[in-house]
Order: sequence, then C-alpha cells, then structure tokens
Amino acid sequence: MKNFKTEYLLHLADNALILSHRLGEWCGHAPILEQDIALTNITLDILGQARYFYQYAAKSDNKGKSEDYYAFFRNERDFKNLLILEQPNGDWAQTMLRQFLYDNYCLLLYQSLTECSDNQIAAIASKAVKEVKYHYKFSSEWVMRLGDGTEESKKRLENALENLWIYTGEMFEITPYETEMIKLGIAPDPSKLKHKWLENTQNIFKLSNLSIPKTEWFQKGGKTGYHTENLGKILTDLQYMQRSYPNCNW
Amino acid sequence: MKHSENKKNWPLWEVFVRSKRGLGHKHVGSLRASDAQMAVENARDVYTRRQEGISIWVVESKNIIASDPGQIDSLFDPASDKPYRHPTFYDVPNEVKNI
Amino acid sequence: MKNMEKDKEDIFNLIIEKDDKIEPKDWMPEKYRHTMIRQISQHAHSEVVGMLPEGNWITRAPSLRRKAALLAKIQDEAGHGLYLYSAAETLGADREELIEELHTGKAKYSSIFNYPTLSWADIGAIGWLVDGAAIMNQVMLCRTSYGPYSRAMVRICKEESFHQRQGFDILLTLCRGTIEQKEMAQDALNRWWYPSLMMFGPKDKDSVHSAYSVQMKIKRLSNDELRQRFVDTTVPQAEYLGIKIPDKNLKFNEKTGHYDFSEPDWNEFYSVINGNGPCNRDRIKVRNQAYENGKWVRDAATAYAEKQILKKIKNETL
Repeated sequence: MKNFKTEYLLHLADNALILSHRLGEWCGHAPILEQDIALTNITLDILGQARYFYQYAAKSDNKGKSEDYYAFFRNERDFKNLLILEQPNGDWAQTMLRQFLYDNYCLLLYQSLTECSDNQIAAIASKAVKEVKYHYKFSSEWVMRLGDGTEESKKRLENALENLWIYTGEMFEITPYETEMIKLGIAPDPSKLKHKWLENTQNIFKLSNLSIPKTEWFQKGGKTGYHTENLGKILTDLQYMQRSYPNCNW
Repeated sequence: MKHSENKKNWPLWEVFVRSKRGLGHKHVGSLRASDAQMAVENARDVYTRRQEGISIWVVESKNIIASDPGQIDSLFDPASDKPYRHPTFYDVPNEVKNI
Repeated sequence: MKNMEKDKEDIFNLIIEKDDKIEPKDWMPEKYRHTMIRQISQHAHSEVVGMLPEGNWITRAPSLRRKAALLAKIQDEAGHGLYLYSAAETLGADREELIEELHTGKAKYSSIFNYPTLSWADIGAIGWLVDGAAIMNQVMLCRTSYGPYSRAMVRICKEESFHQRQGFDILLTLCRGTIEQKEMAQDALNRWWYPSLMMFGPKDKDSVHSAYSVQMKIKRLSNDELRQRFVDTTVPQAEYLGIKIPDKNLKFNEKTGHYDFSEPDWNEFYSVINGNGPCNRDRIKVRNQAYENGKWVRDAATAYAEKQILKKIKNETL
C-alpha cells in the first residue's frame, strides 16, 4: 500500500530543498553584499524547512532512513517538487518573481497546515509561517521595486513573468496523495488556495506595473514526478558526493 | 564606466539594535540600502543573524550630527574638576546608615 | 600653522602610546589613514573573494546539515566583508571605489583564495587551516589602534569561532571514515598547508609594511611571530586527525620551545600575489560579473526609492 502521508511530506520537503538549492547558487553572486546576506537567510530558512519535512517523512516512512537518504538517493521521477522551483535562477528579476509567486502560495499553504489534524506537521508549519511571512514581504517588495524601477528592470520583470507563469497552475492541482491527505484533514485542498493567491498576486502586480498573463495552458507534472530537464541537472550536482561515495559518514 | 562614477549608489545608513528589553539601542555598524524600509530589513539580515536584537533603528548616516573632536577640550574637560557631582566626594560617618 | 600640525601629531602619538583608540573624526597622519584604508579594504576584499572557493561546494555539500553550516559560514564572510567596508568608509573611503580597485587588480586580497577547492575535504581544510590562520591574525587585530576596525574585528572574531570548528569537524569525520575519505583529507592538507603559512605575509625582513604597522599598533605581532604561533597550535591538531603535515623538516625544537618548519615557496607567493595563481583571473572575473550584473538591480531600487519620495511629496501637497 502506498504511504500517502510520506508522499505528501516528501512533496513539501522537495519543494523546499529544490528551491534552497537554486537560491544557494546565488550565494557570493548577488547584486550587493547586503542582498547576498538577505538571500542566504532565506535560503537557510527554506533548507531548514526541507530538513524538518524530510525528518518527519523518514519517521512516517518507517524504513529506518535518514533525511539525507531522501535528499540524496532518490531519482528524478521520485521527486515531487513544483516545476517552478527547479527553473533556473535567471537574473535577479526571475529569482525574485519565482520567490514571490511561491512565497504567496507557500504562505497560504503553511497557514492552513498550522491547523491541520497532524500535530507534527502543524508544528513545523507554525515555525515556517513566521519565516515565509518575511520571505513574502521581501520578495513582493523586490517585485514592486523592479516593476516600478527603471525601464530595464520593468522589461526584465516582464520577461521573467513570461518564463514563469505557465508553472504556477500546478500549485493548485490535486494529486492522489493530496486527495488522501484532504480526507484525513491534514492537507488543505490546494485548488481552494487559488482565489486568495490570485488576489494577492493581482494586488502586488498592480503596484508593479504587471498584469496577469492571459495564458490558459499551464505546465504540470512536478508534483507527481514528471519534471522539466532542469531537475536532472540539479540532482547531478546535489547528489554528487553521496552517489560517488555511498555508505560514508560526512 | 568606473564603479565610483555611478553617483546613484545606495545611501549609507547607521544601524542601532536593542539587544533585549530594558536596554537602549546601541550602534552596531552601518550598511547600504535604497530606502528606509530596505535599510531596516538589511539591518535585520546583517546584524541580527544570531538573535542579537529585538528592535532596530536605522538613520541615514548623513543625518547624524556629531560633536567636533577638535573641541574635546572645551566640551568635556570642564566637567573634570567638579568632583562634587559624585557621591564619593562626600564623607559620611560610618555610624550613619542607608545614605 | 606648522606648529598646529605638530601639536595634532603629538596628541595622535600620545593616544597610540597610551593604547587608546583612534576614532574616525580624530586628526591622523595621512600615512596612518592610508595604511588603515589599505589594510581594512584588503581584509574586506579577502572576505568577499573568500566566499567563492567555498561557494564552489554549496550545491554539492554531502549532507543537508553540512550544507546549512557551509551556507551560514559563507554568509558570515559576506557580513564580515560588509563590516570591514563600513569601517574603511569611516576613514573617508568609498565602498564603490574600493571594489573598483579590487576589480581592476589594483587592490590585493589574501593570496590563499586563488587556490581551487578540488574536493569536499578542501572545505574542511579551509575551515581548519585558513580560518585558523585568519583567527590568529584577527584576534590580534581586535586590539588594533583604529576604533572602528577594532570593533569590527571583535564582532568578526565572535562570529568566526564556529568556522574553524566546522572545518576541523569535517576533517575529523573524514579521517574517521573510509580509506578514500582519509586520503581526501590528506590530499587537502598537502595542498593547503603552504598556502596557509603564506597567509601571514612575507618574512619580517622582507615585509614592506610590517614595521610601521607594528609601531602604530595597527598590528600587534609580526608576520613571523604569528606564523610560528600558527604552526605550534596546528601540529598537534594534525596529529590528532592522524594526517601528516607535508614538511620533512617539521620538528619540535626543545631549545626554543617551538616547532621548526620549512618556509613556503616565497616565489610562488609573490607570483600568486601578482596575479598568477591558479584562480586569480576567475575570482576577479566572477566578482566583476556579480557587480556588473547587479548594476541594473541597484539602479532600479534607487529609481523606485526616488519615485516613492516624489509620490509622497505629491500626496502631502494635495
């Protein structure tokens, strides 16, 4: 029998791990030292969230594995992160917009998880909500700065939106493991987060001279292991040490 | 273009942090930020990574007004010959308590 | 007029003599100001360039716990760079100008960061040796005569105390692991030992700036004194790890109470300092790129801030 709770926890953990991987690529390369430090704080928060979820997934999976096993020894098709999170950093506009679109979603999701029937998930979510509130503030402020900054920043932000928007629809799709989690009162129905998410997005976009693209088609599949080609490359990098030297302590 | 010719560098801000309730804000350093809001956030990210604070003040460095170090003598020396401002100036007999 | 200069210099010298601190707005000799700006900015550049060799392993860190610690450590280095640039700015320097000197090759930074990080063990070696060497220097600099530099160093030393430990801990884990892991640790020590010795700068007799720095209490110990101190503390640690320092002449000298050791290859040192190390070009190129790629971002934030101020004024006058 499938362990839906483990799958759901891995979905949450993978989201955080893959995003933190991408953000970690910025460390040492941000536009100014102050922002380098700020972004690494966000990276560390999100990496921390990944670890909490993996640790709990390990417990729920009950096969005696560690957090590292789930991060380093699963293959592409096992990863359940949202596609938007594995997209390349691009420029600062793309990274900030990806962050904003995700923070907006993640905050709604975690807020709802704080009231879920699983105490452990609720506890992780309660801690994470505080972090994500700050991330949301940070990323939405940057979207506004870039949208209402210079001609160039506006253009770059619009370009980022064009690249990323098709990956936002997936956030609100329901997977089989979520269906089970909804039944148990653990997960919220993601499709019900969409209304509020859109409203928040519209509010920030209005202040950023952006409008929501008219696209009807959205790319999906990440939540059930059907990824873009980016993920394979991320895992090659991320899992290099553990794969090259299995069964070692580090 | 040379970096330094870009006159649009973000302004410099001085950062003051209150480490816990009951204490005043203490100067901890400075940083660059494009506006006040960002200055507070950068201060949070740069200067309170290890729970060093519970409250932050920022002020644009150019708005700080300082005393003139050239006037140290006239500003601060006159206080040095007024020991009567300190309790140790007064002898109190041993028998007298609670004073 | 001349007399007044002389008076000011006397006051300055008296402050140094009394082991008091010089503060930003005090009068100071130009030579002191320049030496200070040069040293603080070199130190800041070293922190910032130093993020790169370790940054090379963030995405490949072998466990999530190590990844978090490494990120936090590199982030500290960004912070330290920032504290130091700020301290340099109190002397009238401009951060952008200092960065430009780095990017054009005019300013120096610690030569150690021009060596590549080729394995995970290098992250351990950097923490243990490079941060170990840096800490020796920095602990001394907490007592430096320039106030803002000294305060920055106090903060930096406090934060750095975990850096060396995390490095040693990485190596200890490797040395207690498989043969391959231990070999990785030994290889890292082989490559990082002599570059670490070079971190204290040239021998005293060849050091251009050393004497003045010691006299002005900018530095409190000479390059050679610090290097000896570093060797003396590091040898027993290597013994504990069970890996061998790559020096046939390394031996405890009963007479002096210190270890005798081989000098690093000073030709290599000068060659790396002058731009010909394995990674010099890459490091500067990457820093330059980050700065140039960030320009439109910084400009956008400035433009946004200006617009917000205008909006506010407009709203208030309406």
